[in-house]
Amino acid sequence: MKNDSKERSPEKKKQGVSRRAFLRGAGMTTAGTVALASGMLSFKPAEPAPAKTALMGPGETEVSLTVNGQQRTLWIEPRTTLADALREHLHLTGTKVVCDRGSCSACTVWVDGTPVNSCMTLAVDVDGREVTTVEGLAKDGELHPVQEAFIEHDASMCGFCTPGMVMSCAGLLERNPNPSLDDVKLATSGNLCRCGTYPKVFDATLAAAKKMK
Amino acid sequence: MANPNKKKIVLPVAPDTEAHGPVKHLYSKKVKLPYGVPGHNLTEMEREVSIDEPPALPINEKLNVLGKRTKRVDAIYKVTGAAKYTADIQLPGMLFGKFLRSPHPHAIIKSLDVSAARRYPGVRAVHVLLMEPGGSVERDSGHDAPAETYNMDQLPRLRYVGQPIAAVAAESQYIANEAVKLIKVEYETKPFVLELDKARKKGAPIVFEEVIEDGGNEGDVGVKAADEQKGNLRGPTTGSFLGGPRGDVEKGFAEADFVLEKEYRTQVQTHCCLETHGVVADWQPDLLTVYASTQNTAGVRDDLAELFGLPKSKVRVITEYMGGGFGSKFGAGHFGVMATMLSKKAGRPVKLMLDREEEHLSAGNRPNSHQMLKMGFRNDGKITAIDLTSYGTAGVGLGAGVGRVAQDMYECPNFRTAQYDVFTHAGPGAAFRAPGNVQGVFALEQMIDEAAERLGMDPVKYRDLIDKHEVRKIQRMKGAEAFGWKYKKPGSDPGPIKRGFGMAQGHWTRFINLNSSATVRINKDGSVAIMSSVQDIGTGTKTILAQVVAEELGLMAEDITVKIGDTLYPDGPGSGGSVTAGSITPAVRNAAYKAKMELLGQVAGAWDVELSDLDMKNGEVFSKTDSSKKMSFGEATKKMRTNQVMATASRPDDYGGFEIGNGIGYGRLGSVQFAEVLVDTETGFIKVERVVAAHSCGRPLNPLQVESQINGGVIMGIGYALYEDRILDLNTGYQVNANLEQYKLPYSKEIPQIETVLIEHYGAFSSTDASGIGEPANIPTAGAIANAVYNAIGVRLYELPLTPQKVLAALGVS
Repeated sequence: MKNDSKERSPEKKKQGVSRRAFLRGAGMTTAGTVALASGMLSFKPAEPAPAKTALMGPGETEVSLTVNGQQRTLWIEPRTTLADALREHLHLTGTKVVCDRGSCSACTVWVDGTPVNSCMTLAVDVDGREVTTVEGLAKDGELHPVQEAFIEHDASMCGFCTPGMVMSCAGLLERNPNPSLDDVKLATSGNLCRCGTYPKVFDATLAAAKKMK
Repeated sequence: MANPNKKKIVLPVAPDTEAHGPVKHLYSKKVKLPYGVPGHNLTEMEREVSIDEPPALPINEKLNVLGKRTKRVDAIYKVTGAAKYTADIQLPGMLFGKFLRSPHPHAIIKSLDVSAARRYPGVRAVHVLLMEPGGSVERDSGHDAPAETYNMDQLPRLRYVGQPIAAVAAESQYIANEAVKLIKVEYETKPFVLELDKARKKGAPIVFEEVIEDGGNEGDVGVKAADEQKGNLRGPTTGSFLGGPRGDVEKGFAEADFVLEKEYRTQVQTHCCLETHGVVADWQPDLLTVYASTQNTAGVRDDLAELFGLPKSKVRVITEYMGGGFGSKFGAGHFGVMATMLSKKAGRPVKLMLDREEEHLSAGNRPNSHQMLKMGFRNDGKITAIDLTSYGTAGVGLGAGVGRVAQDMYECPNFRTAQYDVFTHAGPGAAFRAPGNVQGVFALEQMIDEAAERLGMDPVKYRDLIDKHEVRKIQRMKGAEAFGWKYKKPGSDPGPIKRGFGMAQGHWTRFINLNSSATVRINKDGSVAIMSSVQDIGTGTKTILAQVVAEELGLMAEDITVKIGDTLYPDGPGSGGSVTAGSITPAVRNAAYKAKMELLGQVAGAWDVELSDLDMKNGEVFSKTDSSKKMSFGEATKKMRTNQVMATASRPDDYGGFEIGNGIGYGRLGSVQFAEVLVDTETGFIKVERVVAAHSCGRPLNPLQVESQINGGVIMGIGYALYEDRILDLNTGYQVNANLEQYKLPYSKEIPQIETVLIEHYGAFSSTDASGIGEPANIPTAGAIANAVYNAIGVRLYELPLTPQKVLAALGVS
């Protein structure tokens, strides 16, 4: 979690750990299982995990991932969560950490298009994958319809839960363009908002769905 | 360095009850202002005000920007992740802090050794909290005593699990977390007491041997002076800033046709702010800059200036975005002082944000309550006497009173109260959205409901009879209409799942903070900025300020840049007690008016017309008499002689003066809420189906945001009524649910259909005539739900939260 950590090029590699082999084998399924067990998000690993073991750490290791369409390579400690990698290393602080244990969904990002709790996902587990954060949701300077509707319907108050809410709701519309109120409630059932924006989050998401048709 | 324990904590809702006398003006003028509720009793009120005051604003219907549903000006930064909160601040060279906290509810530290932590690679500073003689709670002494080991004479006694002991600052959060575990501590544990009832008993372990000096958060009734502390009891408080006991309660009960006497209990609720308490402190030789997640930037500055012996001009506190406070984020806090100390020692910025567990343990809570309420009623409905005794614990803090609703909501000639604070070995309470009043309404409004039933009256009609509050009468009427209120016999549904309807009312003092100032700056390029230290804690302050200035200058809200939450600017109020809108918006309007007059004066000179002939509207500056003379706002500002015109104004006295001192306005903010619930009598499960919330906040400046605030108050009230409960392990003093999955909160599936009914009410109090809504929105909800649950099952519940177990127990189902 070094504040001034820089992305380093692969040739600066300090260790010879076979990361890719490890990444396929570890962590991802654990994170997915935990997320499912806590009833927050259905998170499926994109491919089955072959049983391979490798040692990593305690020093830094290399992770390459696509974040908001850009290829990024990081040298981070293996224990670094995706949330911390985004916030502390890539300075993408839109993703918020609130409970740090998968019970509030403030840290929701998409991995290969599926919403996940980034505080429950190790950064090494998303090596080679595509991550979308709230900063990457707008395309070519145009807000996602969910973002527009959130503004229109006053669905953000203090705003700390908002990035997670937006990612959950936009994620819903990506997989279900025609949601009911209950669908929206289910999609946000893991997102905690203490200010009480829920009614307007529901309105905004349903309005965005209409607009996207 | 000053002793912080000698200083009273900054009180979020401390009313200014001192009479300074009204400000005198050399010249005054008479203005006629809208007065009353449009559609009901709207009329005009003439007030004599300073000659500097802007002209009277008409009712919202006749305005362009105010009163219109206006998009939150900073929403775009929130939905795109661009908004930077304290937790997001990253400064070059920034270190990360971590606290060592007490694992025991009551212990003495026999020895403490920081040498291993100090030597740990990456650690840059260590600081140990030292004891102050006569000190009380956990506020950092700020004393610097660099040493490797400390003895028990130097260290404070530990009085709750989570009490801060020391902290480290390191190159990363991981390193800080590891290093803090290397601090070696030898504890001598002592007997402790956690429960309200046990702490009151003889022989209970005593929390404070010495009398403590904290002001607490007052629980909105006031905390009894230090000399009234015996054992773990402090008090009783027998009145509030609205006065003391009145009449003769015994005589009142003798005159009653029937007397109701019941006991009510409410639980400890934690704030659960999504952004935890914390700061980033950057100690530089010429300026201390602190990014703080606070409801009061100016208060944090004042605390730190005093504690570190700095002039206020050398402390800058910034809160651009803030992730929720609900009353708990006032003052520098132990984390603010600690981060500043670590930054001073390390010579680098230090980020110190509490983690989720620390947030539950040490960052405040709503104290619990045990209320014994006795009321006398006549058969004509009249209340003859109210007698309220209460005990509550704010842990090691103070402020467990249950508010003023019993004292002030209904007319009753005979009133008496005794409200006690009880110390326990638990984390300190803090102000929490309508401190005391939410607890008080749960009891009072259930008893009023019982009385109505006893009298054979509809609860709404009964309140019409005993409630003299004019606006609330309209709220009841409009609310009942929207709800489709129809009295239903309690427990009359067939089948296991029973539907119930209930209502309750709230009552909140209209607090004003005169220490509310702002600058409005109009630049030559036509841009306009507002500057004040007032912060937007999610309530929408930035947006309403933009609207106020836009209305005055004939622009749109999005044309105005709002720079607030920075103590470089004029001091704004702390955001608590629902004071913000009513305090800062008149200051901002008056500053905008002054700047506008300056600009128009320069244009009038250029056009050679009278200043009084000019006005601004729809983005134009124009002559009222010569239609050929007009230009856009941007063209007009080009005519300015200087690059900007600027004006600063402060909140003037309420038009017509104050009811008490300089902080309590006339009139109360009433609220009425109606709830519909379903109760499954086989499982005990309660579901809130629908809430209609009827409210008023003076002139509503932005109904879109007012609705959001009301939704928030209702949802928080649902959490309080049904789910939330801080549970302490009686064997260890730990909170077993110091997280967000076992501390139950309303999530999306628990959200009912919420309808808000907003009553526009003009009181002719100020140049904007606005009031806050945060507190009133939260006060009646739990009471309304409790009454609805009774209506559903025909059995009354007297203890919060209304869990399935309690429902089943009340129904006699085992």
